[in-house]
Amino acid sequence: MRLAASRVSWSAGGGDILKDVSLSVEAGEFLGIIGPNGSGKTSLMSLLSGIRKPRSGEVLLDGVPIGALGRRTVAQRLALVEQQAETGERITARQAVELGRTPYLGPLSPWSPDDDRIVDAALDNVDMADLAGRIWHTLSGGERQRLHIARALAQQPRILLLDEPTNHLDIGHQIGLLDLVRRQDLTVVAALHDLNHAAMFCDRIAVMQAGRLVALGRPRDVLTVERIRDVFGVDVAIEHEPDGGCHIRFRPGRTPPERRTAPAVALATTGT
Amino acid sequence: MNRTLTSGGRTGAAFAALVILLLALWMGAAIGETAIPMATVAQTVANRLWNAGYPLEPIDEGIIWSYRLSRAVVAASCGAALALSGAVLQSLLRNPLADPYILGISAGASTGAVGVAILGIGAGVLTLPLGAFVGAITAFVLVSMLAVKAGRGTAAIILAGVAGSQLFNALTSFIVTKAATAEQARGIMFWLLGNLSGVRWADAWLAVPAALVGLVVCLWHARPLDAFTFGAESAASLGISVRRTYLALVGVSAMMTAVMVSIVGSIGFVGLVIPHAARLLVGVRHGVLLPAAALTGAVFMILADILSRTIIPGQVLPIGVITALIGAPAFALILAKGRARA
Repeated sequence: MRLAASRVSWSAGGGDILKDVSLSVEAGEFLGIIGPNGSGKTSLMSLLSGIRKPRSGEVLLDGVPIGALGRRTVAQRLALVEQQAETGERITARQAVELGRTPYLGPLSPWSPDDDRIVDAALDNVDMADLAGRIWHTLSGGERQRLHIARALAQQPRILLLDEPTNHLDIGHQIGLLDLVRRQDLTVVAALHDLNHAAMFCDRIAVMQAGRLVALGRPRDVLTVERIRDVFGVDVAIEHEPDGGCHIRFRPGRTPPERRTAPAVALATTGT
Repeated sequence: MNRTLTSGGRTGAAFAALVILLLALWMGAAIGETAIPMATVAQTVANRLWNAGYPLEPIDEGIIWSYRLSRAVVAASCGAALALSGAVLQSLLRNPLADPYILGISAGASTGAVGVAILGIGAGVLTLPLGAFVGAITAFVLVSMLAVKAGRGTAAIILAGVAGSQLFNALTSFIVTKAATAEQARGIMFWLLGNLSGVRWADAWLAVPAALVGLVVCLWHARPLDAFTFGAESAASLGISVRRTYLALVGVSAMMTAVMVSIVGSIGFVGLVIPHAARLLVGVRHGVLLPAAALTGAVFMILADILSRTIIPGQVLPIGVITALIGAPAFALILAKGRARA
């Protein structure tokens, strides 16, 4: 199961959001996508998930252009967890997870005991089985996000795409959620804000800047003082740990340099 | 929680729904200015359907068969169709205030129907319901475009709907004032308020299939509608082809609204309030919600029609007045509750 973007570009509102991005995701790896607001992370995620079509280039799932596969087929192989998807419906936690079975059910194929078993397993997996009967809007942000993951797991995908999954969560839940995701035997692509989380959890990191992919590689190779200054406009010190990990310390006092991120119009339309 | 019904439970529920609907129709035929015994209603139906040959007063039989029963059947279809449209639009647009009336679809359908009836637009090709359908679709497209310009958020489409309703109501009035005879104008003004008088079996032959087709198409899309719980992108990532679902469901909602408007005029608040009542009764799963909304809408309209015929002795109130008197406070309640939650 391989997912690859080949020279994809995308534009909206008259501005280029993504320019000529190529990357391929290896089976079983945890690939992080980092970059400042408006650098095109969310757009790249929606192209990779096949929800949006690239203006040029193509996204390949197992070597086949993702647009040529039916939406159901794609949804059986690949699940997307968006940023903070919300609802006003009085839906229960379990019902939210049951939605994950949608790609396997047709108008005439009834819900089966198998579906129940898969949903139960997904709820167990994210440690939400006890709260299965709770109404959505009574749950905390961390619980909701875990349910979104469970819903994605109920799709039984091989690839999990996560768009800033830890936004608005406290630090304990952030780490817990990423750890939960890494424990799954899945290929994961996650847009992340926190560089240390990216360093901790990712096998490889892709760095986006103004719609372009500017670096791709192992955390310790990609996260350098120069690149972080160049892309994010902050000064950092990086400590390399003996086990191959690295830790980034932010140093105060330096004002951001001239904006080298995306043009204003892109900032306004991507909504990251 | 409302877990999936077993197939036995589903058959039982469908049977119960049918019984409730038949009871409501029976009441619709029996209750009126002259009360007619329930037994007579049953005998009339037996006479007409199976030539049972019960000796009945021709006047009673005529009132029941030609007047009240056809009226009750159309009311039921209309209530079911509007409730389904409302439920579907609320889920698709993720907006608790969406319904064909508020979004201006009914107003557009009225304009289309009046355009055909008075101006003779598309004479011979466009029938009244088709004219209403063209009007309904036009209104929805205009309102959607305006809503997109006005930005996201629940308020945008509702405000766009208000603007659209005003525009199409003004157009209707303009056409009526300019081109209709005094006789036509009076009839149309009465019809615009929503009115079941003058409904006959010929209308039922249009209303019943429209409601049934609508029910089947909506039920066919029950799971895709569930998948819209977290929005269109989330639905797409669950394997739903969003555009096709939109087209099918908005199309069938406009069709149902147009057919009902062309028969009974635009009736407000049924499409808005009934789906919420149904959600309270059976939950948010569309596989159960849609039939429940259709049944509740049908029964509600039959009862509203009985009320409209009996509340003022010797007078028939337009049914739209009754639905608004009940629906407007319910609308206010939903509005207030929505704010409390947000």
